[in-house]
Amino acid sequence: MKRWLRSLVLNGVGLLVLAGGLSGCGQGMGGESGEKRPVLHYFTWSDYVGPEIIAEFERREQVKVVIDTFSSNEELLAKLQSGATGYDVAVPSDFMVAIMVRQGLLQELDAAAMPNASFLEPHLQALPFDPHRQYSVPYLWGTVGIGYDSAVITSAPDSWSILWDPRYRGRISMLNDQREVFGAVLRSMGQSMNSTDATVIESAKERLLQQKPLVKTYTSDHYDQLLASGEVVLAHGWGGQVARAMAERPTIRYVVPKEGATLWADCLVVLKSAPQKALAMRFINYLMEPEVAARTSERLRFASASRTARELVSPAIRDNPAVYPPPDQLGRLEWMQDVGKGIRLYDRAWTELKMQ
Amino acid sequence: MQTRTTGSGTVSPRESCRSSWLAVPALVWMALFFLVPLGLVFAISFASRGTYGGIVWEFTTANYLDLLHPLYGKILGHSLWYATLTTACCFVLGFPLAYVIARSPARWQPALLLLVMLPFWTNFLVRTYAWMILLRHDGLINNALVSLGLVTDRLELLYTPTAVVIGLVYGYLPFMVLPLYVAVERLDPALVEAAWDLYASRWAVFSRVVVPLTMPGIVGGCVLVFIPSIGSFITPDLLGGARSMMIGNLIQHEYLVARDWPLGSAVSFVLMAVVMAAVALHYRQADRSAGPVDER
Repeated sequence: MKRWLRSLVLNGVGLLVLAGGLSGCGQGMGGESGEKRPVLHYFTWSDYVGPEIIAEFERREQVKVVIDTFSSNEELLAKLQSGATGYDVAVPSDFMVAIMVRQGLLQELDAAAMPNASFLEPHLQALPFDPHRQYSVPYLWGTVGIGYDSAVITSAPDSWSILWDPRYRGRISMLNDQREVFGAVLRSMGQSMNSTDATVIESAKERLLQQKPLVKTYTSDHYDQLLASGEVVLAHGWGGQVARAMAERPTIRYVVPKEGATLWADCLVVLKSAPQKALAMRFINYLMEPEVAARTSERLRFASASRTARELVSPAIRDNPAVYPPPDQLGRLEWMQDVGKGIRLYDRAWTELKMQ
Repeated sequence: MQTRTTGSGTVSPRESCRSSWLAVPALVWMALFFLVPLGLVFAISFASRGTYGGIVWEFTTANYLDLLHPLYGKILGHSLWYATLTTACCFVLGFPLAYVIARSPARWQPALLLLVMLPFWTNFLVRTYAWMILLRHDGLINNALVSLGLVTDRLELLYTPTAVVIGLVYGYLPFMVLPLYVAVERLDPALVEAAWDLYASRWAVFSRVVVPLTMPGIVGGCVLVFIPSIGSFITPDLLGGARSMMIGNLIQHEYLVARDWPLGSAVSFVLMAVVMAAVALHYRQADRSAGPVDER
């Protein structure tokens, strides 16, 4: 999920929070009878926590939580690889969990310390990147699909091919994310979205070149606003963000095409370098507490991985297929995987697409 | 431009020696936070990418060889074109403005200059978002044009190359105006009067007197606009709809998306070389065209 732009602004705020947190902690140490409150450092996506949820944990555990944000999985990895330490809990997405495990960045979890983490949706219990949940707990999850305005597109689309329909020239937005854009085309061609076959990627690029004249913009940030304002009528994007557009424009609908699409899950992990490992696991247990997880899900409009939380979410959000993917979709969804050096194929093809 | 500063008092060698330590903090700062990172980027540009991103310290020239692909030449050409166009537009808009400010009553000048700098008080990103609101399909500009009856069909302004140039010109115009103001302000009005007295045409006054005498400001302004515009990446993404890439976008992509720091570093160095070559060329041409005036 690439939200670097918003984060450019929010990181500044994050730094202030961090600075405020550090200075606040200094005061605490000097104050009341030399009592020292432990500090938990939480490294998460920008705009991905409810302040009142954090405050409640701080009260309950008598600790201080310091939040720092990143805007892409790549940024998270880059920071940790370049030697940033002091973070306790982080929220990488599926494929990044796999990389972090292989890089030895993650601490093995103590299942006994986090009972709430065991009430998971059935399909999230054994994930390909961490089958025994040794290192990660799925937190929020969802799909990538197409948001569309049913007032304009009256017959509900069921295929990616709607994004190639010349009737909607100049009213289509695509994610500004090479893997997701190629993923959509590869699925529409009946291929895996993790292909590293040069000829397959080349023909996917040809399909995207045909589409480009119809595309108004490639954006991962504000397509919900474009949909809500009617600027575009078809938007390739994450379900939760399309759900936000629905709140403003009730005619917006969301579809996961029949050829299949991305399934993603952001996961809670404890870093190997974490200074507060026990507290970190209590924090994960807290975030997975059904009532807390339900509130988070409602606020962010992403599905909670906790099955018990799902029961507590308000029906309007729980029944929205953009937020909670219906069970019959699961069969056609695919996890994005790291393609290693194959990324250069995507890079080259993506750059060529942009330069035509 | 330094060589032609009109004698503003000479400093004795002893004095200049005594005060040279004043430059030490800035030099240390530059060495630590400019030269060291630059050296690192240079070293990384000869390393290779690990399987999961990151840097593997094996010497290779593959990153530079990869850049020989015509695709990257195309991106560079594209960026040079945008930067040149932006610089030209800024000059055409900025020169008259600088002239008017420099020739207005002295007590107004601080206020007028403040107005030029005022946009800097707001974050560039926020101002770019404001342009998106102005240029949108149902944005203020389209609404105004339609209600005035000037157009019947709304114009597609946002997410076009035009929008990118508008955004760049808007963003960097003050960098053009300020050096030009300084140059015009120094220009002795008597020289312009003399040209008129000698029956020079309007164009001759401008091209043979005003331009050569303000050349340092013109060169300074052009360089200050050209360099940031060629490396910009927010404007092409937001106002251009990320439908094409400038070289800044490519660097950002390699670093943050592809996790390919070595290739990103190589692109950065090629960009730096091109910018330096362009600026050197610019100064040389400026020297040539301004040269004869100095000799007279």
